[in-house]
Amino acid sequence: MDKNNSKAWLYLLPAMIFLGVFMIYPLFDVMIYSVEEGYNSASQTYFGIGPYNYNYVLRDPYFLQALKNTFILVVITVPLSTGIALLISVGLNSIVKLRDFFQTVFFLPYVTNTLAVGLVFMILFKKTPYSDGFANLLITAVGGTAVDFIDGPYWAKMFVMCFYTVWVVLPFKILILTSALASVNPDYYKAARVDGTSRLRIFTRITLPMISPMIFYLVITGFIGAFKAYSDVVAIFGTDLNAAGMNTIVGYVYDMLYGDSGGYPSFAAAAALILFAIVLTITCINLLISKKNTHYA
Amino acid sequence: MKIVLQNLTKRYPNRNKKIKEDVIAVNNFNFEIPDGKLIGLLGPSGCGKSTTLNMICGLEKPSDGKIFFGDDDVTDLPPENRGVGMVFQSYALYPHLTVLQNIMFPMENLKGKDKMTKEAMRARAEEAARMVQIDQLLERKPSELSGGQQQRVAIARALVKVPRVLLLDEPLSNLDARLRLQTREEIKRIQRETGVTTVFVTHDQEEAMSISDLIVVMEAGVVQQIAKPQIVYEDPINLFVAKFLGTPPINVFEGEVRGGIVYIGEDAGIKAEPDSSWKDGAPDAAPGVALQDGPVTIGIRPEGFDPEKDGELRCGLTAVEVMGRDTSIVATNAHAANGSIRTIVSTEELAEVSGETVNFRIKPARIYLFDHETGTRVRCTFKPLH
Repeated sequence: MDKNNSKAWLYLLPAMIFLGVFMIYPLFDVMIYSVEEGYNSASQTYFGIGPYNYNYVLRDPYFLQALKNTFILVVITVPLSTGIALLISVGLNSIVKLRDFFQTVFFLPYVTNTLAVGLVFMILFKKTPYSDGFANLLITAVGGTAVDFIDGPYWAKMFVMCFYTVWVVLPFKILILTSALASVNPDYYKAARVDGTSRLRIFTRITLPMISPMIFYLVITGFIGAFKAYSDVVAIFGTDLNAAGMNTIVGYVYDMLYGDSGGYPSFAAAAALILFAIVLTITCINLLISKKNTHYA
Repeated sequence: MKIVLQNLTKRYPNRNKKIKEDVIAVNNFNFEIPDGKLIGLLGPSGCGKSTTLNMICGLEKPSDGKIFFGDDDVTDLPPENRGVGMVFQSYALYPHLTVLQNIMFPMENLKGKDKMTKEAMRARAEEAARMVQIDQLLERKPSELSGGQQQRVAIARALVKVPRVLLLDEPLSNLDARLRLQTREEIKRIQRETGVTTVFVTHDQEEAMSISDLIVVMEAGVVQQIAKPQIVYEDPINLFVAKFLGTPPINVFEGEVRGGIVYIGEDAGIKAEPDSSWKDGAPDAAPGVALQDGPVTIGIRPEGFDPEKDGELRCGLTAVEVMGRDTSIVATNAHAANGSIRTIVSTEELAEVSGETVNFRIKPARIYLFDHETGTRVRCTFKPLH
């Protein structure tokens, strides 16, 4: 028994070393940083230990702006993208012809480079001396007034941000949901047909509960992913996110570490831990809600 | 409600696209299922029995032919308008609903004047549950039930709308041996109590034999024989039916007819006379035709052998197997289809068996003659030579 145990630990060792060095140690390090007041990374000195860093971050208007941006992004994009992905998956599942073709089309954004996609969105939305961008062409064509989506009003920028996020996360969700739909035993649908069940009722009473574990999975990962948004924002609005008023929490953490006004690992660590607490809370709430509404076969 | 199948045919395009010819799953099925009977569709996998069931149900459209329930032509009706109840092989119980919700599900679909109140639905569901004896399990989820209980829930769900026809697809194949015995009695009982015309599909002959009023034996999309279970066993219409029914299976020999006598090898001969008394209207039979000399296929049921010292069939003894109630003698014979035969004998007869060889006297009533080429039954009565 003892011998077997030590063997097991031996087999686990490589993974544990890597996890320890790159995950567990930094995690604790971040916790320590976040309570060290006035930490200086050059001299490796600090004044004392206390909640000052958290106090500062929570009062920093840039952080509050980032927090607001992130929350709006999460609240809008997670339900929207999951809903749209569900619609598209159900549609894909019900066609036979060209299904593979459409699946490929919908999956393309997933394999496209974030920055390249960001560039495409710039072309779609950015105002330049030469053009107002494709979106504005459409707006003026139907008689509206052009809006500057990249440097203009907050809601316009937020719209681009949400639009982009939804579009980027769709492929993965569609992939998961189409395979979930395909794995539902066709006998259920046959039985429902024999009983004269309407299509809507089949969808709400059979299909949805059957794929609810996958929907739940997508909602949780969607929340976490949206809370961690950063590179997408940079791709569209550039690196000076605070100036654009479009910073996110992860962006704030990055700025605090390496940005032009950076060099404050303690503030960064505090912000990161606040994000961690938020994500943890939301996930726990998700788990509680889904326990009642998710059906594992 | 009687069911009439008229020239029912189902063709599928060949999966191998290079072959233009369609696959014929069911070929020209004609049959009138009498009202209130329990019919077993029996055949090996891929013989078209499930396709036939699905066509009766309405899940598949026939390529040709018509289906009538009573006098109504239901060929073009969708399943929900046919008044059928279907039990699937997987039971297809919705795992997220309780037993009660599962049974109530079909009634909740009713619209218009058929719409039922919640209380009425509940009462009907409880009644159906009592019928299949699961009324104490109503609040459970399907995953908390045994296979047999799930089966009953599926039957209750199929019965709750009071269907004109009940269809069961391989109802017992997911149950263990003991439950199978119990459940098939249960199906028979429920069918008798409700009096609903029932069609079930099975590849298990024992299952079909034990509960069906009539058995339909199918092979490669073609109906081979429709008859009462005992008739299918005792009076098979062709070699396929004879081989498909019976455990252990029928022993097949290559023999020869010479001057009205059937020979297995040189020494074992049995006198055969064409059976002119047989007048059942099977299409392929040729009653009263004199036996022609030439090769013939002979089938002998395992219980058709008596071990006797001077028996006409001489075999090498391989083994004597005692399995509970049955005793089998496994022996070799050069003229048997795969070189060996298996017989079932009574324990008293075993005294005769010892040493290297065993001789059998063949019981005339257990011999069947089949056309060497087509496998069609050649009807004869047999008498021992000596």
